[in-house]
Amino acid sequence: MAAAAAVRSSMGLTLRLSRAIPDCSSCPLNRLKSCGVNPQSRGSFESFRTMNRHLQTSIGLCHSEEGSSNAEDPEDVVNVVYIDRSGQRIPVKAKVGDNVLYLAHKHGIDLEGACEASLACSTCHVYVNAEHFDKLPDPAEREDDMLDMAPMLQENSRLGCQIILTPELDGIELTLPKITRNFYVDGHVPKPH
Amino acid sequence: FLVRLKTMKNTTDPSLGLYTRLNKAFFPFADSPGVRFSSCTPKVCIVGSGPAGFYTAQHLLKTHQNVHVDIYERLPVPFGLVRFGVAPDHPEVKNVINTFTQTAKHSRCRFYGNVNVGKDVSVGELKQAYHAVVLSYGAEGNRSMGVPGEGLAGVYSAKDFVGWYNGHPSCRELNPDLNCETAVILGQGNVALDVARVLLSPIDILKKTDITQPALEALVRSQIRRVLIVGRRGPVQVACTIKELREMVNLPGTKSEMVEADFDGVTEALKDLPRPRKRLTELLLKTALDTPGDKEQQRRHQASRTWGFRFFRSPSEVLADADGNKTVGIRLAVTRLEGSGEGARAVLTGEVEDVTCGLVISSIGYKSHPIDPSVPFDTRRAVIPNTMGRVKQATGLYCSGWLKTGPTGVIATTMNNSFDTARSLVEDMESEALDLSSVKTGSEVISALLEERGVKSVSFSDWEKIDSVEMSRGEASGKPREKILTVEEMIQVART
Repeated sequence: MAAAAAVRSSMGLTLRLSRAIPDCSSCPLNRLKSCGVNPQSRGSFESFRTMNRHLQTSIGLCHSEEGSSNAEDPEDVVNVVYIDRSGQRIPVKAKVGDNVLYLAHKHGIDLEGACEASLACSTCHVYVNAEHFDKLPDPAEREDDMLDMAPMLQENSRLGCQIILTPELDGIELTLPKITRNFYVDGHVPKPH
Repeated sequence: FLVRLKTMKNTTDPSLGLYTRLNKAFFPFADSPGVRFSSCTPKVCIVGSGPAGFYTAQHLLKTHQNVHVDIYERLPVPFGLVRFGVAPDHPEVKNVINTFTQTAKHSRCRFYGNVNVGKDVSVGELKQAYHAVVLSYGAEGNRSMGVPGEGLAGVYSAKDFVGWYNGHPSCRELNPDLNCETAVILGQGNVALDVARVLLSPIDILKKTDITQPALEALVRSQIRRVLIVGRRGPVQVACTIKELREMVNLPGTKSEMVEADFDGVTEALKDLPRPRKRLTELLLKTALDTPGDKEQQRRHQASRTWGFRFFRSPSEVLADADGNKTVGIRLAVTRLEGSGEGARAVLTGEVEDVTCGLVISSIGYKSHPIDPSVPFDTRRAVIPNTMGRVKQATGLYCSGWLKTGPTGVIATTMNNSFDTARSLVEDMESEALDLSSVKTGSEVISALLEERGVKSVSFSDWEKIDSVEMSRGEASGKPREKILTVEEMIQVART
């Protein structure tokens, strides 16, 4: 509870300090109606635009995005390819600081985030392509713990909600695990291979 | 509409069942020969509003642009085990409620709480009213140990104990007696660890959660200082996952006590284990065998509560006091393993061991019940026989969640399972394996039936009133919510 309150107030402060426009539609704080930012004051943000700035709460929950009228700063663009469960490649132009889970939601890709990026589930499980897998920072112990519960775990498995885009991740490919139709009826979880 | 009912032809014929009369009142031409509506709105109903029900609904609504989904729930409140099973100190796991709320508020989705399918309305009546029925009512029963003394005071199923501290209306009167020093839990899955953790957590942590007030008060008075978590196989077979084990290891004010001999051969087995099992076993070994450093020594010295796994023990009898009423201990049969890994089996050795305790909690599995004689049910495995969610030997009938695969798995597992069933259903709608040619009346007729039978359903916005009252009551005591504990009060709030 205290953490949630801190996130709310830091969000408001960060917005004021960074002078950026939040994208409320993709932020879980908005969904939870626990965001401290008053949408009516958005107008006042317009007057202090700076470079594209992308915010996340201290636990990497939310990302914000500049309005579309500014030209994109090429140094901030990160090209991402999602490969959905049917094998379809979906290229997406993202920005430094974007969260892979919320980016997927923004582009209508069906990556679930049941616990809303709080490391309490494994529904945002993705496979990362070999070339970029090693560029990711090592998972925290808590992420590894939740990954252990993901069906079809592989060496290159990560939780999407914990991947924050950096310039060196340009070209990253994220594959959504196929939801197996071969469910063991006794609930047995297949061993990872 | 009763006036309309009486004035329509064929609707007053008492030889027709009520359902048929109502159907004719609303759709006078629907069963006339030659009249077919070629592009009917597909109507699906889902029985059960836990993760399985909601994830099935979510996937249906997303992949089919016309389908209407009605979710029926026995209680006035939705969300099933997310509300009544997930431990109070795991609030992040409950975030999934936000996803479910979005689904419930979808324009093509309706929630009907306080409707007991099987009693207030039959599966047969639902099948007539809808193109397809999805059964996702989970597992409301539990496996029993099947040993003498199981019925004694002081013995509870984990399902009831968890239901009690989570405010399930049917567990309100449990009143477990916590006036003993030792509790023994049979079973070593995550539910067993949740129970152990709730029994031993510092009150300062629990009092800020949505644990019910009566349970909190009982835990304040509790004398329990030692919890043994007993399994009939060994450390490599333990069914819990690493997150829950870590929480026990790090539980403030507690220390662990294990039997070193139980871990013979485990270190050697590590190298062949798949990653999740390996990490879990490594943590278990470390907890059981490592010599603690100074800081840890001090922490253990100050700990007033202990917990530990006991392996190779299977319950054979619950022991009563001289009057034969209360639990004073449990007799455990000693086992040994045959085979290794996941498939290892516990075999009795003939030895027994008695453990003094006043509370016994059996956490050996939930169990589904059949809902209606017309629905196929596998009594041995306690699931509905199905292929990819399609109920065998039935048309228009599907199942998802624990009812489909058995009562194990976390929310992610149920999600995949439910998406699978939804996919099968949509396939059948598109391939016409499911007959969508006749108009189905869906909730119109079912609502009328329920009203006729004096059953008042609770809508999703009614639930939101209950939700709001619970949250504001919780605020007063620094809790996220104070759950309403009776169906009567839930309905009363819903009607305001």
